[in-house]
Amino acid sequence: MNRHSFDSRVKGVSLGTTILAVKFAGGVIIGSDSRASMGGSYVSSKVINKLVQVHDRIFCCMSGSLADAQAITRAAKFQLAFHSIQMDEPPLVMAAASIMQELCYQHKEELSAGFITAGWDRKKGPQVYSVSMGGMLVSQPFTIGGSGSTYIYGYADAKYKPGMTREECQTFAVNALALAMGRDNVSGGVAHLAIISEKGEDMKEDADRALSQSRCVMGNSKAKE
Amino acid sequence: MQDGIEHGSPSGLKMGTTIIAVEFDGGVVVGSDSRVSAGASVVNRVMNKLSPLHDKIYCALSGSAADAQTIAEIVNYQLDVHSIEVDEDPLVCSAATLVKNISYKYKEELSAHLIVAGWDRRAGGQVYATLNGLLTRQPFAVGGSGSFYIYGFVDAEYRSDMTRQECQEFVVNSLSLAMSRDGSSGGVAYVVTIDSEGVEEKCILGNQLPTFYDPDI
Repeated sequence: MNRHSFDSRVKGVSLGTTILAVKFAGGVIIGSDSRASMGGSYVSSKVINKLVQVHDRIFCCMSGSLADAQAITRAAKFQLAFHSIQMDEPPLVMAAASIMQELCYQHKEELSAGFITAGWDRKKGPQVYSVSMGGMLVSQPFTIGGSGSTYIYGYADAKYKPGMTREECQTFAVNALALAMGRDNVSGGVAHLAIISEKGEDMKEDADRALSQSRCVMGNSKAKE
Repeated sequence: MQDGIEHGSPSGLKMGTTIIAVEFDGGVVVGSDSRVSAGASVVNRVMNKLSPLHDKIYCALSGSAADAQTIAEIVNYQLDVHSIEVDEDPLVCSAATLVKNISYKYKEELSAHLIVAGWDRRAGGQVYATLNGLLTRQPFAVGGSGSFYIYGFVDAEYRSDMTRQECQEFVVNSLSLAMSRDGSSGGVAYVVTIDSEGVEEKCILGNQLPTFYDPDI
């Protein structure tokens, strides 16, 4: 099938990937696999973390060309920090998503990366935004992305119910990632999850992760229903 | 003047499709959608892609419409001859082997994937996949462009001890999910259940298919 020939058009390391984010009543869960590949058949990293914290309570996950994605997230992180200082308050998730969208759209000819931005802010609570490769921005209760997402559209459509609890969302996210990693040969490794809420219950007093909690699920212990 | 039709479309009619077959204890359930497209245009929205190769052996067609139909017709003929020669109903394995022989020999020229499923006295219900000229028996098989979207779903939901009723629901749910995500699959769902008693053909209209949560609404 030509489905994966896209990745071989990307020069260098590509994030053939599975990423997703789900919103629940008190926060969001954002997750990804951990494989970076080159040319579709060489795994250049088994444990890459595609979840980037662009602000205290806003995470982004990357897909597409790793170089482009890292460049965009770094630029977005800087612009967001500056914006937050100017406004003298934590930035809105929409602001982070808009910054990513602006970068993706203005440079759509040169860039080849897509993102999911998710987080919590005081104005609208938990939010999930999908910024696709050409620069489209859309807000959804949950979203999946990356090459591995095609295999779990059916599963996600069938299993997602509005109003799930945090534990149910976590199971949904881990299962979806596991199923996609099982079918997509450019997704794999471990599943990284980040849970962002207004007040993380079991959070560590870590300067970088003060208000969000990260979990890493090892490849051989992926949950299966 | 643009009339919206792709002229000189090289591959003709394509059955971007979703096909699925599942085995249960005592028979099989085979299902497909009904859309045949030529480029962006749907040229047949009610095509039955479940083609009988023999009384209790069906195949599900996907890929190029012409190629798939021709393979099915040829194998139908070959199976008739074979069953007269051996003076009994053919085995599902024989039907699958005949399909595989054609798919493999002409793999450069053809572009079709048939899933062969049926019931015979020796081994009960069986499902065979013949993609690209391989032959493999599987508990269930999915195929066509729509199948990519439901790999996760079928991996999660399939269990080996499903009853006939549960298999039918599994097939209908899978088809419905694939049809709602794949632009090349749609229309109605055809479901055929084959067991020792006989063959039951069902057609489920588009508005009677199960619906799932849509986050964009």
